[in-house]
Amino acid sequence: MTDNKLLEVEHLTMRFGGLVAIDDLSFNANKREITAIIGPNGAGKTTVFNCLTGFYVPTEGRLTLHAEDGPRLLERTEGFRIPRNKGVARTFQNIRLFTGMTVLENLIVAQHNRLMEASAFSLAGLFNLGKYAKAEKEAVEKAEFWLEKVGLYAQADWNAGNLPYGSQRRLEIARAMCTDPSLLCLDEPAAGLNPRESAELNVLLQSIRDDQGVGCLLIEHDMSVVMQISDHVIVLDYGKKIADGNPEAVKNDPAVIRAYLGEEEDDELPPEVAADLHLDPKAQ
Amino acid sequence: MSAAFASSRTNGSEVVKELAFFAVIALLMSVMLLGVETVDRPTGLELAVRWDLVLIAIGATVIGRLGLIFRRENISRLGQAVLITLSAVAVFEMFVRFRELDDRWVSPVFLDMVFSSVVSTIVGIAFVAIIFATAYFTMKDKTSADVEESAKLSSKIQLAYRSNTKKIGLIGIIFFIIFPFIFGEDRSAIDLATLVMIYIMLGWGLNIVVGLAGLLDLGYVAFYAVGAYSYALLSQNFDLSFWLCLPLAGIFAASFGIILGFPVLRLRGDYLAIVTLGFGEIIRVVLINWYDLTGGPDGISSIERPSFFGLADFSRRVPEGTIGFNELFGMEYSSMHRLIFLYYLILVLALVTNFVTLRLRKLPIGRAWEALREDEIACRSLGINPTNTKLSAFAIGAMFGGFAGAFFATRQGFISPESFTFLESAVILAIVVLGGMGSQIGVVLAAIVMIGFPEMFRELAEYRMLIFGAGIVAIMLWRPRGLLSFRDPTILLNMSQKEKVAGEIK
Repeated sequence: MTDNKLLEVEHLTMRFGGLVAIDDLSFNANKREITAIIGPNGAGKTTVFNCLTGFYVPTEGRLTLHAEDGPRLLERTEGFRIPRNKGVARTFQNIRLFTGMTVLENLIVAQHNRLMEASAFSLAGLFNLGKYAKAEKEAVEKAEFWLEKVGLYAQADWNAGNLPYGSQRRLEIARAMCTDPSLLCLDEPAAGLNPRESAELNVLLQSIRDDQGVGCLLIEHDMSVVMQISDHVIVLDYGKKIADGNPEAVKNDPAVIRAYLGEEEDDELPPEVAADLHLDPKAQ
Repeated sequence: MSAAFASSRTNGSEVVKELAFFAVIALLMSVMLLGVETVDRPTGLELAVRWDLVLIAIGATVIGRLGLIFRRENISRLGQAVLITLSAVAVFEMFVRFRELDDRWVSPVFLDMVFSSVVSTIVGIAFVAIIFATAYFTMKDKTSADVEESAKLSSKIQLAYRSNTKKIGLIGIIFFIIFPFIFGEDRSAIDLATLVMIYIMLGWGLNIVVGLAGLLDLGYVAFYAVGAYSYALLSQNFDLSFWLCLPLAGIFAASFGIILGFPVLRLRGDYLAIVTLGFGEIIRVVLINWYDLTGGPDGISSIERPSFFGLADFSRRVPEGTIGFNELFGMEYSSMHRLIFLYYLILVLALVTNFVTLRLRKLPIGRAWEALREDEIACRSLGINPTNTKLSAFAIGAMFGGFAGAFFATRQGFISPESFTFLESAVILAIVVLGGMGSQIGVVLAAIVMIGFPEMFRELAEYRMLIFGAGIVAIMLWRPRGLLSFRDPTILLNMSQKEKVAGEIK
């Protein structure tokens, strides 16, 4: 199964001063799979994303992306180079669209690098030479494909900031996909969505996995999304991995239940109080 | 007119309180400006106190305010009009007294003037009647239908503007091209138009940095200075012609843009503004103090004027081996030829700036600038290199500043650090901001308002700056995001402009 690995995280540690946000975390994410990272608030999930996408340089550890052209060490790549050449794309927990620009422009900006090359760094583009015109047409076609896919075709010329919240979330995913990634990192894509929108999101993510063959890394609190679509779940608590496996196994893992619901408090109570509680259920 | 007041009927004591408040404000504002005056007497300068002016100012304010209260509370339309008219008459009285400098107390100048002759009686009554009628008929009760109507009208105007930007731009260009044919013999008109055009070009150049890339640059004049001094020094020391120096000046200014860009890349907003402000000052201080090279505060004089593309000269007595422009075309010599040529030169330079900007906006680099303005972090996550993108904006903006600078040097024939103070940066920035960030036509309008009007109304002397200030306050009140603050999408998929605007309003 080694050749199926897409992302390899080995001994990742991230410290902010004295605070250890991620502590010796290792996991793998496979190609054509949705890997969910879950855990209570403050467990370090978003920090993992920030390390993967170059916003933080990890204190220790190795992050390897097995892209088509061979393995790449993400922790040694400058942040803005990570999304290039079938790299890692991401969305943000608090949506970060270019709100003053139109929906279509958002998707074209995402294809900046290819277009920039085609325009010979603006020189050819200035005179609208054929090569650039063709590249721009392709970019628009790609944008149209994703607009259809996320159901925003009719709003293509709206300002992105005027879209309703759910549509903004979908547009952000479409924008990330326009960079042609091999790994897509989604930071709480279902936050603030109603059940119908969440169900649509499930379909979209499954299609990205199955039709586009893109691996997804997903941070999510909405268990209906996580349990239905993920192939593999990793649970973090206080920066450490406490469980790793398929959704069914993780759901029943006592360590996970403890992290989410807390310890059984009976053990810590003084014996006489515990005895009281058991004798008189009404007292609870 | 605030909604908070409109909802509740104000009672008597509140009205008195409000009027007293405005009376105090009027007193504070007028007591030093109007109430005290230095008078040149044989014994020397003396302070004269003019309480009549202060009283009238307070009276005009209180009456005017009462009129506004009437309007707010929808009390007697007639009363509103009477109060507004009275207030206007009081303001008129105040101005007349201010100019006349005598201390009459009893008889109002206004009445004296009106009833001094038959003609003035008619004029005076007409004046009052016009104000009264205007006040009376505009004081119609505002209903919700009126509000809706005016909103509809403003969106109609918006739509008309937005779907016709190309035509409006074309009309503007044609107007500027035929301008010298209309005012051909009027030296001051051509001079003024050239000056306005320089600022339009500077505004367009700065618009790339501030309007598109969203990098607040308070030191833009530095690049203007670099361009001007590049041309002046190259021409004096190496005897290079204007046509060779023009691109060089642009390249020098662009390199300075990159030099400034590097250290400030990590900064944003206020911090960036302060550093660029400092950079502008550094350039100016270097120009003042590097006496050997720049001539320091003396500046550089007798800078070579441009030739007619190296073919002919504009001087009355042409140097050996060249021919005069008038001889080339078989015309009488006229000193206007050079001015008109300079006007067309800056027009072409400005239009090049405009077209390059418009084209760059639709290219990946321009979209990246705008994306960077919206959200830098999202840009990084999409693989856009923020460093290069910002540097390119700085460099291209600076390049156009450099071109304008070289033109300025050749037009004036004399430059000194005096011409490149912070005030210039502020004026250029004001043009961009008042015009509406990122709007090309907005910059033209703002340059005409900011540069053209104060020059045109030079006769108004000291009141000119007063009106100028009032104009800026008015623009900021009515159009806080600039005169023309719409962003045109760089690419449209399927909708007509009309639907787009509708979608936006929705």
